[in-house]
Amino acid sequence: MTEAPAPALETVEVTCVFQVSQGLLRGSKPLRAVNGVSLKIPRGQVVGLVGESGCGKSTMANILLGLQRPSSGDVLYAGNSAAGFSRREIARRIQPIFQDPYSSLNPTKTIESIVSQPLRIHSVGAPSEWSARVGEMLDVVGLPRRVASSYPSQLSGGQRQRVAIARALIMRPEVVICDEPTSALDVSVQSQILNLLQDLKEEFGLTYLLISHNLAVVQHMADRVAVMYLGRIVEEADSDTLFNDPRHPYTRALLGSVLTPDPRLGVPDTHLGAVFPNPIDPPPGCTFHPRCPDCMTICRSEPPQPAVDGGHNTECHLYGGAVTPRTATQ
Amino acid sequence: MTDTGAARSLVFRQRQTAEEILEPSPWSKLRRRILGNHSFLIGAIILAAIFAVAILAPLLAPHDPYDQDLTKRLTNPFWHEKKIDPEHVFGTDKVGRDYLSRLIYGSQISLLIGFSTMLISGVIGTVLGVTAGYFGGRVDMVVNFVINTRLAMPVFLVAMAAVVAFGASLTVVILVLGLFLWDRFAVVMRSITMQARDLDYVKAARAMGCSTPYIIVREIFPNVLSSLTVVATVEMANAILLEAALSFLGFGVQAPTPSWGLMLNEGREYMFFSPWLLALPGVCLFMLVLAINLFGDGLRDVTLERER
Repeated sequence: MTEAPAPALETVEVTCVFQVSQGLLRGSKPLRAVNGVSLKIPRGQVVGLVGESGCGKSTMANILLGLQRPSSGDVLYAGNSAAGFSRREIARRIQPIFQDPYSSLNPTKTIESIVSQPLRIHSVGAPSEWSARVGEMLDVVGLPRRVASSYPSQLSGGQRQRVAIARALIMRPEVVICDEPTSALDVSVQSQILNLLQDLKEEFGLTYLLISHNLAVVQHMADRVAVMYLGRIVEEADSDTLFNDPRHPYTRALLGSVLTPDPRLGVPDTHLGAVFPNPIDPPPGCTFHPRCPDCMTICRSEPPQPAVDGGHNTECHLYGGAVTPRTATQ
Repeated sequence: MTDTGAARSLVFRQRQTAEEILEPSPWSKLRRRILGNHSFLIGAIILAAIFAVAILAPLLAPHDPYDQDLTKRLTNPFWHEKKIDPEHVFGTDKVGRDYLSRLIYGSQISLLIGFSTMLISGVIGTVLGVTAGYFGGRVDMVVNFVINTRLAMPVFLVAMAAVVAFGASLTVVILVLGLFLWDRFAVVMRSITMQARDLDYVKAARAMGCSTPYIIVREIFPNVLSSLTVVATVEMANAILLEAALSFLGFGVQAPTPSWGLMLNEGREYMFFSPWLLALPGVCLFMLVLAINLFGDGLRDVTLERER
């Protein structure tokens, strides 16, 4: 246990600050999209990242893909700092699958050209083999080989998402960042894509970071789940633990907000009355306190420290013992 | 066993035929779209005809367009005569030059001006617009300033000033128009590139490790091409009209070069007695500009359908 292999992907206190212009003469203010996130994605596992819109999920994805340089902190690929890798080396290890298959495929290219593009960019193998490898990849993702000569506009949403998966996997990456892989698809197609992702994980030994706001999807797929709120991970635990024993009030509210198919039950009351705070001007203390049903006096002034209980990390005064002022928040 | 095998092969065969029905070849689809698009067809036919005339001018023209014959000044075209004069079908101008030959050679000037201006301004505008749209921020601010500066300058007055400064010639007209008509290219390319830049396929290309020039040229450019063709045709028509206007005012192509705009100017004095001197080059200009615009609109429709 002590000699555990390095996780496939790890972030250490990653912070990403954007300068948001306030107008011509008022200068700009910092927006902390990601504020000191440490997340481990162990090899061969599925880590779910949940949170509402604007909490920094997609910025995290961009940082992990190497598209966005973190303001501070480090990303470790298999234990090695991102600084030691070029863009293309990162690209070989990590590939994304995007939310909207209607915008993630270039409409002017054929499917064959789209799927073989990573091979061309990284000049893998001889150009004569590319077509065969595209064919194999289409088989793997369950598309008929004849779509190779089609354009994306001739395919359905589910088929397009399969093409996007084929493109992501043709270089055999270690980690795949799935940014809401099913939320743009029909419900009937969603399960097909999720099952395909699970099959491919077994077949290629993949590691997934599954970014989603759909808790059912995360529960179905993930081994471990991290809940993000305003740029911080407020709770992180094994999937079973988190769904059976949610601790942070925000996690409980999220789980309570899942809609049931029974229309008589109405919309669940999450007690999250206040609107999502402006991330340019986050509340003092615990950033969640204006919406928290269990808010205490300390929450208004002191940011909570992460409390570790086995594999269950919670960042909340309800569970934190000693209170030490956090220096990182400024 | 054999039953299921036969059934399966039947299903397989049905699927085969279904595929054949579903997938016509891309060329046949393109041909069908072209034939179904009347404005594209009409524009293309007129444009091709004017092109052919311009290229084959030495063969088609019955006379040298510069040959004067002062004994045959201002002869009437065939519709004014009882019997057709085979020498000068469209009559002659005020110094006895064959009008048909001058019209034929005039198409060369118009097309030359149209194409070279479109190329120069297209390259300038596309480079500026795509750069500004893709990089945004400071680059965008600078390019926007340049665009606004250019928009603040009246093309016509600057063109006249340049002609006064450098002397009137075909080269000066082409350069001035080419260096001034790029604003629409830049504005359109900028906004379209901005839209394309934020799409996920660009992000996917970046995540794949593509370089920025590769992304701009191979990912974004093909998607802005259809809009580029529309702007290019509009600007080409615009340049042709501007050349005609400049020549009409005497600031463009100089006599005795056969330019349609110049011919309008020369015919102006005889407007009431020989109206065809104005009408014929006017009709030529009208047909050319109309054909270019029809062609551009149709081209966009024909190419866009593949993408959407």
